[in-house]
Amino acid sequence: MSPVPLFVAIPLGAAFLIPMLGIWWKKSGEVLAALSTVILAVMAILSIGSTAVTHHMGGWAPPVGIALVSDGLTVLLLIAVNVVAFLCILFSLKYMTAYSGLPKYYSLFMLMVAGMNGVVVSGDLFNLYVFLEIASIASYALVAFGTEADELEAGFKYLVLGSVASVMILFAIGTVYAVTGTLNMADAAREISLRFSGAGAMNPALLLAAAMFLMGFSLKAALVPFHAWLPDAHPSAPAPISAMLSGVVIKSLGVYAICRVFFHVFGFDPNVTSSVILANSMIWLAVLSIIIGGLVAVGQWDYKRLLAYSSIGQVGYVILGLGVGARVLATGGPRSLAALAILGGLFHLLNHAAFKSLLFLSSGAIQHATGTRDMKQMGGLRDKMPITSATTNLAALSISGVPPFSGFWSKLIILIAVVKAEHYVVAGIAIVMAFVTLVYYVKVQREIIFGSVRGAVEKAKEVPAAMYVPLIILAIVCVGFGLLYPVFGYRILEPARDALLNGAEYVKLVLG
Amino acid sequence: MTVYFLCAVLLTMGLYCLVAKKNIVKKVIGLVIMDYAVNLYLIIVGYKKGGVAPVIERGMNSSMLERFVDPLPQALVLTSIVIGLGVLALMVAMCIRIYERHGTFDMSQISKLRG
Amino acid sequence: MKGLSLIVKTISDFVVAFIIIFGAYIVLYGHLTPGGGFAGGVIIASAFILLMLAHGREVAFSKLGERAAHILDSAGALAFLLIGWAGVVGGYFFMNVFGRGEQFRLLSSGMILPANIAIAFKVASSLFLVFSALAIFRRRSFRSMIEGELR
Repeated sequence: MSPVPLFVAIPLGAAFLIPMLGIWWKKSGEVLAALSTVILAVMAILSIGSTAVTHHMGGWAPPVGIALVSDGLTVLLLIAVNVVAFLCILFSLKYMTAYSGLPKYYSLFMLMVAGMNGVVVSGDLFNLYVFLEIASIASYALVAFGTEADELEAGFKYLVLGSVASVMILFAIGTVYAVTGTLNMADAAREISLRFSGAGAMNPALLLAAAMFLMGFSLKAALVPFHAWLPDAHPSAPAPISAMLSGVVIKSLGVYAICRVFFHVFGFDPNVTSSVILANSMIWLAVLSIIIGGLVAVGQWDYKRLLAYSSIGQVGYVILGLGVGARVLATGGPRSLAALAILGGLFHLLNHAAFKSLLFLSSGAIQHATGTRDMKQMGGLRDKMPITSATTNLAALSISGVPPFSGFWSKLIILIAVVKAEHYVVAGIAIVMAFVTLVYYVKVQREIIFGSVRGAVEKAKEVPAAMYVPLIILAIVCVGFGLLYPVFGYRILEPARDALLNGAEYVKLVLG
Repeated sequence: MTVYFLCAVLLTMGLYCLVAKKNIVKKVIGLVIMDYAVNLYLIIVGYKKGGVAPVIERGMNSSMLERFVDPLPQALVLTSIVIGLGVLALMVAMCIRIYERHGTFDMSQISKLRG
Repeated sequence: MKGLSLIVKTISDFVVAFIIIFGAYIVLYGHLTPGGGFAGGVIIASAFILLMLAHGREVAFSKLGERAAHILDSAGALAFLLIGWAGVVGGYFFMNVFGRGEQFRLLSSGMILPANIAIAFKVASSLFLVFSALAIFRRRSFRSMIEGELR
């Protein structure tokens, strides 16, 4: 039996076992969550380079039964989700002791991980929706976990907008079912390409579904103009949850779902007229996110809000890479160029998962030590908290694209692809906004890390080892992706890129 | 075609309620209306004129199978109702907590955070 | 007097048992007739909710304790997951490896019956918990509202 269902079954089992054991055993949350996330992270890393497999739930072959699919793209996301989840749990062990109701926290955390893994492995549209809802509901509750006024308001906002997104996605799924008569993604893809590739134009109902999907998943991925919930929700959550939300949730629920649905189910076929429109709207969303996320981040003085806006901009880069790749495919351009753009987008996705979760965890460490998130009250953290400052610095350099760190290479690949695809204006915007990213991270460095010790920092002490070890591991990952890409990066990224490029392979994999 | 149109009207009504009303309980009601509009849409997708409930009983022959309505959307709607119930419970709990903190359901008096 | 009037209390005491039996019927015959774990679980939960409405929280919790409800909640979900695991024997998750039985009999269609029972436990206890949690909220917020007005 393939290990794919375990990625859902283990965290789900932990999520239900924790509150039950928590009645008698106060530490059940910590122990079980740490144990199951370790297992998941090891399993995810071991699945690098494995061949693509399909698991038929209940032994029913698709399109009748529900299939769980693991291909290159799935493995990429599984690694990001499970490794970041493990490090966030490690960080939570010490950080969350200030909160009450810890078994509930760990239970919700594991439910969120189960939902994300489920979204990633699901080969069925409705199953994807159900897991998306599981992950979303857990994250709504986790954002409001502190039940302070701000947290509740942010959680409510997130809940309302997230539910609107879910309604849109369900509507789109219903429409796809009405048109194609199937919910299996591979079967729907085959049906769509058979019926509309020859006809040259897509059914208007299917176009409506595509628009609804794009809107719903963009809300989950917080692309501008659907971003309003993110700058409130991400800073209000406890730091490990912020790291999960910014690091992996918006990617697995938003970006991954966009990839899967648009590249595989709808497909960017040069023979179908509407596919260029879809690709163009992806590029538009990306450019808007890059501009607005970047510019608003510069003006922020709340450290976590700055990071949240920066997430919007950086996810914009990911979508830009994917969108340009999609446009090249849709206009029948060279496949090698599409491959380059998609590779850049996916590489940036992986990098962003590493450095943004590192930044959010370090913001938690700083808040733990100084008791504030206001950058005006900080300064000279380098002297008081050397390890946290060093790792924050590294992540800031990496995200703002300073060579030779990982962020530089992924942005470079995206930019080369955009220029080669002859979108000069978009390339210009992306370059300028890359410098703006540098500007606000220089601001972070100047206000928080360097300078003289002042304000709330005076009494700060370095955080305990349980909190800085995850920071160090993530910092090593940031450097490693930058320097060692030729050694192992291609084993994760290239299968994912090939999976996105060849929609027909996916259909063959699932339907046999 | 008219039923699909009415479904869209219901969805839009829910969206209007969600956007225009300031009271957070009314926002929740708007969201529930949207949710049920989509459930209704899914049921309509599976509808067949003169169809019967897809339940196999003793002594049924295969000619009856032709008359069954599509059971899949009904299963989807059941799942979606369960999910909607979970979201609704969470939303109501949050509304009550917000009321405890602020003493009001009016969003314009609550909002401190600006996206 | 706690709870609602004597008439409501007497009638609801009388009806609760029937509601639970009906819920159990819906659960057990879920694989043969319309219904199943969720629908039956909701009906069973409604019996306890009726008790809570008629008599107040204490009586309802004496029938189904909060702690017991929490345990049943998790146990139902875990049992469902274990039924899924049982399918691994046949090589696939959720494979129907139990005996199928004779059509239209109670003990038929393999794992669907135990799965329905597990779901019913989960749904009944978690709905009951959701309702009781919201009921606590209401009382507390009501008090804080009154105190706010007195101040």
